[in-house]
Amino acid sequence: MTNLAYTEPKAKVIAGAKEDWELVIGLEVHAQIASKAKLFSGASTQFGAEPNSNVAFVDAAMPGMLPVVNEFCVEQAIRTGLGLKAKINLMSRFDRKNYFYPDLPQGYQISQLYHPIVGEGEILVDMEPGVARKVRVERIHIEQDAGKSVHDMDPEMSFVDLNRTGVGLMEIVSFPDIRGPEEAAEYVRKIRQIVRYLGTCDGNMQEGSMRADVNVSVCRPGDYERFRESGDFKHLGTRCEIKNMNSMRFIQQAIDVEARRQIAILEDGGSIDQETRLYDNVKGETRPMRSKEEAHDYRYFPCPDLLPLEIEQSWVDKIAASLPELPDEKKARFVKNFGMTEYDASVLTADVANAEYFEAVAKGRDGKQAANWVINELFGRLKKEDHGIEDSPISANQLGGIIDLIAKGDISGKIGKELFEIVWTEGGDPAEIVEARGMKQVTDFGAIEAAMDKIMADNPAQVEKAKANPKLAGWFVGQIMKATGGKANPKAVNETVRKKLG
Amino acid sequence: MSIDIKTARKVAHLARIEVAEEALPPLADALSNILAFMEQLNEVDIEGVEPMSSVTPMALKRRADEVTDGGYQEQILANAPDTREGFFAVPKVVE
Repeated sequence: MTNLAYTEPKAKVIAGAKEDWELVIGLEVHAQIASKAKLFSGASTQFGAEPNSNVAFVDAAMPGMLPVVNEFCVEQAIRTGLGLKAKINLMSRFDRKNYFYPDLPQGYQISQLYHPIVGEGEILVDMEPGVARKVRVERIHIEQDAGKSVHDMDPEMSFVDLNRTGVGLMEIVSFPDIRGPEEAAEYVRKIRQIVRYLGTCDGNMQEGSMRADVNVSVCRPGDYERFRESGDFKHLGTRCEIKNMNSMRFIQQAIDVEARRQIAILEDGGSIDQETRLYDNVKGETRPMRSKEEAHDYRYFPCPDLLPLEIEQSWVDKIAASLPELPDEKKARFVKNFGMTEYDASVLTADVANAEYFEAVAKGRDGKQAANWVINELFGRLKKEDHGIEDSPISANQLGGIIDLIAKGDISGKIGKELFEIVWTEGGDPAEIVEARGMKQVTDFGAIEAAMDKIMADNPAQVEKAKANPKLAGWFVGQIMKATGGKANPKAVNETVRKKLG
Repeated sequence: MSIDIKTARKVAHLARIEVAEEALPPLADALSNILAFMEQLNEVDIEGVEPMSSVTPMALKRRADEVTDGGYQEQILANAPDTREGFFAVPKVVE
């Protein structure tokens, strides 16, 4: 397990009207567990179903119904914890977090406050090649999602759909180690990448499978270092929590806007109230949630319906043994084994499907060539057409075939790009297409020499000039290319011309 | 620790249970009695005793990840005072 060397980025500094300020950010990321059934019931987790159809009586909190934990959900939390190099707690417990809201029929969310299943871990947040921030994870716990309220269908009423009620979530809580809006967005991106590698969450932010609550405070330069040294929060400013962010772009914007709001208050001699706020991306501002005065009175207590969750170390070991190669290691291996840049390796390992495609192309071939073709030609084209790698009209085998033809000298790189276009639009076997359409380049020295001889015989004056001035040899190269319809191997042509003009 | 009338009112509100003003003093007393009993339990020396979560040696039951339930929207909505197009309809709640 090798990782690439890196240095930590500088903390973002925001210049206020009077002085400089730094940001301190911590995130709570809610990742929906990729299970078929809910955390405590047998109802489906399928997105987009008829309202209130994926609901069991347990989810609707009908009297007498009891929760039974979904073992697969527990496994995914352990898997995620192992992926974040975190401590797995063999004994964890479920607690009730009590609050009143129409989309929470139980009147409480089953969560894990006191004894979470996963303890401390870490995430390396990549900023640019060679620059990364190690963010410590405080814990991961399992909890139920709430239902969904729709407010815009009627002026007087809110509509409630319980399909999401009781779906299993992993809440990944970071330490306040993040020092800028961009780092926060990259942190979420990295978690998304890791859970997608692990297969524990689909990471679909549009469908709400990943959401983040962002804690933001500001401090003066030097205060954060004093906090890290002493562990004493008194060195930091009062934080505000921005709830329910579901896009990297909005996370970045919201942090920036919130930090500037806090700085303006502090420079004005005011103080920050610890509160929960919402980001309004239309107005570009954060505002306090209305229900804030009760928001933090959750009256947690152990859930009497559920025994402690005790798991075996052997199960944890089995899950650990089944972990895939994770992004950091894959990236390091690509750099090392294929001799590519860290930037190229980042692009290729951003998604596990991309990485698998690349490896299939690179197998038995030149890794750098394969990387060039996959990144520049394939990804460029996919992006243009708005396709994912799954929808690529060119398979790894086909692309590999094109690269092989170039490597063998059958076609030039330029013809290779034309061939790429043909395979993209028409499909088919690259070697057969080259054969059938006469695209093969002429490496036959005899044919090239014959063409050269004819050109020399037809243009004696040019021959004399070129012999006097070798720079004019290019004219012959051009003529041969023309005579062979662009299919002559450029290397062979150059060699022949040089030899003949001697 | 004892519960005063103000705390009893707040707890009732958080739980969305309507308690008449004259019922608050006896409720506060009852809650205080429960807490007093807990405090009595706190006097027991449990130094070095493993927490016990059950009197029988039971493990938490687990289920397999299979869809075995749901698909009965009309039953879920049957007791609701108001529904629209498959949704529960409730007085407007807006953040």
